[in-house]
Order: sequence, then C-alpha cells, then structure tokens
Amino acid sequence: MDTIVNAFPYLMEGLQVTLYIFAIAIVIGFLIGLIIALFRLAPLKILNWIAKIFVDAIRGTPFIVQLFFIYFGLNSLEFISLDNTTAGIVTVAINAGAYFSEIIRAGIQSIDKGQTEAARSLGLNSTQNMRYIILPQAFRRMLPTITNQAIISLKDTSLLSVIGVADLTQEGRIQASATFDAFNVYLILGIIYFVVIYLLSMLASFVERKFVLR
Amino acid sequence: MTMIRVENLKKSFGNLEVIKDMSTVVEEKEVICVIGPSGSGKSTFLRCLNRLEEITGGHVYIEGVDITDPKVNINQIRQDVGMVFQQFNLFPHKSVLENVILAPMKVKKSDRKASEKKAYELLDKVGLREKAKAYPGELSGGQKQRVAIARALAMDPKIMLFDEPTSALDPEMVGDVLDVMKQLAREGMTMVVVTHEMGFAAEMGDRVLFIDGGYIVEENVPKELFGNPQHERTKAFLSKVL
Repeated sequence: MDTIVNAFPYLMEGLQVTLYIFAIAIVIGFLIGLIIALFRLAPLKILNWIAKIFVDAIRGTPFIVQLFFIYFGLNSLEFISLDNTTAGIVTVAINAGAYFSEIIRAGIQSIDKGQTEAARSLGLNSTQNMRYIILPQAFRRMLPTITNQAIISLKDTSLLSVIGVADLTQEGRIQASATFDAFNVYLILGIIYFVVIYLLSMLASFVERKFVLR
Repeated sequence: MTMIRVENLKKSFGNLEVIKDMSTVVEEKEVICVIGPSGSGKSTFLRCLNRLEEITGGHVYIEGVDITDPKVNINQIRQDVGMVFQQFNLFPHKSVLENVILAPMKVKKSDRKASEKKAYELLDKVGLREKAKAYPGELSGGQKQRVAIARALAMDPKIMLFDEPTSALDPEMVGDVLDVMKQLAREGMTMVVVTHEMGFAAEMGDRVLFIDGGYIVEENVPKELFGNPQHERTKAFLSKVL
C-alpha cells in the first residue's frame, strides 16, 4: 500500500508525458498517413514509389531500431539536434503514419467508384470529391482499424523510456528501483496502461456509433 | 441550337475497342433514347459525353466546346451536363437534402439558403419533399433514383444524361421514375437516355439510336425505327425485346 501511495504521483506525471507524446504523435502520424495514402493513390508514378518505399521501410524494421536511428543516428549528424522527447514523438509519428497510410489507402479504395463518378458528374473537382465524398465515408469505415493502430502506437510510446524520456514506463522503472517493490509498481503500471487504452477504445466506439453509416 | 455534337468518337479499354466510330448530333430540347444489346457500347457512349470515360479518338462538342481538348475545364462543362446512374450513386453519408445542395454550394458557391430553397422545389417536383431529412439508406430504389434526378437538376444543367435509370429498380418503382423523366422532357430538357424501356423510347424519344458492336447502326424517329427498322441487326434486336 505504501508503494502505491508513494509511487502513484510519479506515475501520474509519467502518464501526462505519455499522453502528451501520444496526442501529438498520433495527430502528426495521421497527417503523414493521409499524405502518404494520397501519394500512393496519386496518378504520378514517382509519388507512388516514394509512398511505397516509405511504408516498406517502416514496416520492415523494428520500432526500437527506428527510434535509435532517429535519436542516436540523426543526432550524430552535425546539423541535427533532437532532444529525446522530440525524437520520440517523431519516431512514433512516422511509425504510426506508415501504418495509417495503409489503412487510409484501403479505406479510400473500398469506396465504390460510382461515388466518384456521381461527384465528378456534378462538377466537383478531384480535391472536392476526396474532401466531401470519399474521405468522410472512408474514415467511418476505417475507424475501428485506426483505433487499433492508435492503441499500438500508445503502447509503442513505452519504448521511449529506453532513450530516457520520462514517460509512464520510465517513471515506473524509477519507482520500481526506488521502492524495491517491482511487483506492485509494474502491476500498477500495467493497470494504468490498461485503463487508458480501455477508455480510448470506449471513446472510439462512441464516435463510431455516432457516425455510423446509414 | 446544337447541344451535343459527336464526331467519329472512338473509345478503347486497353485492346478492347468498345466504340469504333460514332457520330451524331443532339439539338436543344431533343430527347434521344439509346437502345441496344448489353455490351454494345451504349453506356460507354453516354459516359463519353461528360468525359467520365477518357475519349480515345474523335471529338465531342458540348454547346460548341470540344471536351476532348485537354485544355478545356471539364468541371465547368459538367456543371451543365447532369447525369443519372443505374446504381443511383447517392452519397450515403449525407441526407437527401444535403445530397441535393452539395454541388450547388461547393461548386457554384451558392449560399445555403438559396440552395435549400431550390432543393425543396426540386424535391417537390420529384415528390419527395417529406424525405428531405432522410438518408439514402432509408429510401426505396425508386425514391433514391428520384433524389438522384433532383440532385442532378440542382445544378441547372442544360443537358441530362440517363444511364439505364430504371434497370436496377423493382418493376413497381419504374413508373414513378419514368413519370419524372417524362415531365422533364415535356419541360424542354435536352436528354440522352440509355434505356431498356422501349415504351418510354417510343413515347418520349424524338429520336432513337440503336447501337450495336461499337457503331450507331440506325438512328430514326421512334415510329420508323420501331415500326420499320432498316437493318438486320435492328430487326433482330427488336424482335427479341418487343
């Protein structure tokens, strides 16, 4: 009980850092995903290739290697200087972006081409078609898969503790050694992650029900 | 005034030549019905008229503008050419009203109030004012198609293209949709209608085009084309469908 009381405030501080990193990274990651998906579907071959290489590179390498490459690798270059939190956000965003792009691409492609034909026949240009017709429908369809990826990315943030980011996991590690009660600290750590992720999925299913395709 | 002029139109999908050589003219207020067996190229012909299909060869002029010219702003042209699809293609994430006001608001930049007023008039016209707040998924096929017609009319098109508008409907729904189309024709809309409804073609068509094998085989007033077909292929087709 003492362990919990002592460690809890620290863990909450760590949770704030985790949520802060997650929130920024997931928004940037989503934008990256959207851009890469549009690249992938663009009529220009060169854009298709850029998108494909990016996705393959991220999918084909472990998250921790990407993190080390960005934090240690890029920082070893003279003209780049990233603190560990920034490096962490960038890595999570890029990693999530690659997976998001595949989800978004599949979502866009799942929309019947008659929708585009109807929109274009009314005089909408291809950007308006994407914005008003295709993406709103695609996003509704993608929501469960997007949530899934967001949860994976949230869990990935725990790896940022390896480069010293004071996130929830890092605070847990510190508390575990400070209190000599690894069992309880890590148990609580797990419960906190679980609760956060549970709330996140509840939020997602609420949004899903609200925007269900009629 | 000539609304549509098609000159030596050709369209291939890869190696498959769907339209080999078609030429015709559609005058203002004319109702042209296009008939022919499946796979004859009649839907492709229609879809070339607003460049939903990229045109392989020849020219299509809409109100004198050559839409095969890559410099032409096709979105501008399409505002004047409404299209109704076999599968309706309503936007399922938008209500009936939103379906109808979307293009006027986003493309023509009309304000919401004017767009809604116009939308309600059009929904009245197709008999669906009370469905304005409904979503496409809550409508029957016939209702969906009438909304699709209202949606196309909301852009004040000068030409309406219909691609087998009643083929996906239950038989009892066909009449409602045809009635709306007949009213439109009587109001003087220039229409090109790909259809299997020979009754509609005979009653409303100013001219009927019989398309087969990538060519316009025969083109005549309905009375002549149905009563006195000149070509063997037309005779063979009509003997099967009439």
